[in-house]
Amino acid sequence: MSRAFGRHLMSRIMTTLIIIFSFTAVLALVLILGNLLIKGASSIDWAFFTKSPVPAGQTGGGVANAIVGTGIVVGLGALIGVPIGVGIGMYLAEYGSGRFGFLVRFIADVLNGTPSIVIGIVAWTFLVKPMGGFSALAGSVALAILMIPMLARTTEEMVRLVPHSLREAALALGYPRWRTSLRIVARTALSGIVTGCLVGIARIAGETAPLLFTALGNLNFSYSITQPMQTLSLQIYVYATGPFDEWHRLAWASALVLMGLVLIISLAARWVTRQRYGSAR
Amino acid sequence: MTSLPNLPIEGIPSGRTSRETRWQSLLGTDRSDRIYRRILTAFALALPALMLILFGVLFVNALPALKKFGPSFVVTSTWDPVAEVYGAAPMIFGTLASSFLALLIAVPLALSVAIFLSEFAPRWLRQPVAFLVELLAAIPSVVYGTWGVFVLIPFLRAHVVPPLKAVLGWTPFFKGVFYGNSLLAGGIILAIMIVPYIAAVSREVLLAVPTSQREAALAMGATRWEAVRSAVLPYGRAGLIGAIILGLGRALGETMAVTMLIGNRHDIALSLFQPAYTMAAAIANEFSEATTDMYLAALFEVGLILFVLTIVVNAIARILIWRVARGAAIGSKAL
Repeated sequence: MSRAFGRHLMSRIMTTLIIIFSFTAVLALVLILGNLLIKGASSIDWAFFTKSPVPAGQTGGGVANAIVGTGIVVGLGALIGVPIGVGIGMYLAEYGSGRFGFLVRFIADVLNGTPSIVIGIVAWTFLVKPMGGFSALAGSVALAILMIPMLARTTEEMVRLVPHSLREAALALGYPRWRTSLRIVARTALSGIVTGCLVGIARIAGETAPLLFTALGNLNFSYSITQPMQTLSLQIYVYATGPFDEWHRLAWASALVLMGLVLIISLAARWVTRQRYGSAR
Repeated sequence: MTSLPNLPIEGIPSGRTSRETRWQSLLGTDRSDRIYRRILTAFALALPALMLILFGVLFVNALPALKKFGPSFVVTSTWDPVAEVYGAAPMIFGTLASSFLALLIAVPLALSVAIFLSEFAPRWLRQPVAFLVELLAAIPSVVYGTWGVFVLIPFLRAHVVPPLKAVLGWTPFFKGVFYGNSLLAGGIILAIMIVPYIAAVSREVLLAVPTSQREAALAMGATRWEAVRSAVLPYGRAGLIGAIILGLGRALGETMAVTMLIGNRHDIALSLFQPAYTMAAAIANEFSEATTDMYLAALFEVGLILFVLTIVVNAIARILIWRVARGAAIGSKAL
């Protein structure tokens, strides 16, 4: 019987070990979010949201320009990336069963892990070097490229969830295929597609590396997409690596705002799908 | 429930034939359908084109450096913009060293989370913890970097380095003064960053393992751990290895947090306490300083190496994952 005892002991030990390790991993998140909340919240005041940065060495000032810039750069990036990504996803779901579909799917998965800095320097070659200056537009294009592969795959997954009976019903009623695809299939999968888009937007909102040589950053308010533009992520990078305590304070505050933004978009993404599939889960 | 006989009538979709043949009868019947298909195909073509463009741009821009330095680029340690001599050996070393250090720490943690969530956790706990893990994956890289600079490095200096030195100080890996910004700090932040990726993908791989596998093992009298070890893990092995390699791909290309923590020094040091460099960090730091054409070409060649390396690593990972879950977009939401 000692053999059975040993086996059960082993099972207990491994289970405990796995629980401890899992706990450690989750603890890291709690620690990071906790630090962020404590150090960030103590640095946020009203001026932080309404003012532009003050010259180095002075106290006060805010990151209003970076918040607006993040909205513009990310919004424009989504505007470019979403139609392309969703289009590719629709292709994969509707016609993607052949060899070409397989190739596209594989490339999407592989590109999903491309270092964002590489995309940044490629965007630089096309949109900064020939145009003679850094621009928000170049940053948006880099972000769009970054989100396309991910969007393609999530869209495909969501569209594939639509029951065949629904397509068949529409086709049986004499609907042409393209109308079935757009009005029945895509519409049924819409909440899922929106979720995918929101997750993609949350991801590019926090990106810094592809913006270093494209949007560059800007100390002042700018609404022009052909000019350099500040984003929260760039601002955090500059402030956190800078020498001043005041900058470090602003870095924490900006990090909290950026994290909050990403969190809100991620939660919105979950909420959208919950509306439709809530009872099914 | 009775089912209708499956009549092979031309043009009518039948319930049993494969998806492709069912639709084939309806394809190309309408001009607008053909246009729709062409538009979507044009979108789909964008992806292979994008891949070729990325490779092409990097290659063309790196050409001067490729021609001048040849294969010696990857084994030379000199990086001297003034003398126009470039060698990427320290960055390649730093990239690999920090990534493997990260894997060493992250793999046990991430696999534990995945096993816990798919096998052991009570049902009510699964969704919240899975959500927490996804959240960890959503934290921007630059935020990790900020946390690393202000929290992790002081913590390492105060509580981790002294005991490490006392116990392992005689090995070459823990020699010398702790610099703060070091291979150790970079590797640990990378580990924290890739845990959620590996955990999320592994969890989906494990969920794809049929329940009958577990039931069969448990029915044979296996303990819960034995069921996991002998029935679940072997079934999902390819996918789990894929998940780990995917995490490796992430670590290789990660830029901001590493740039902020690894010390950015063109040097190969065995000690984890010394500053190092990675390819991504070098591009981030020096690209805007690259004033000469050869400097720029050298950085593009670094980008090219990094791109090809991550493409190969990701391709291997995907093939392994697809073997477990055919064609599913596992982890695409987390990544």
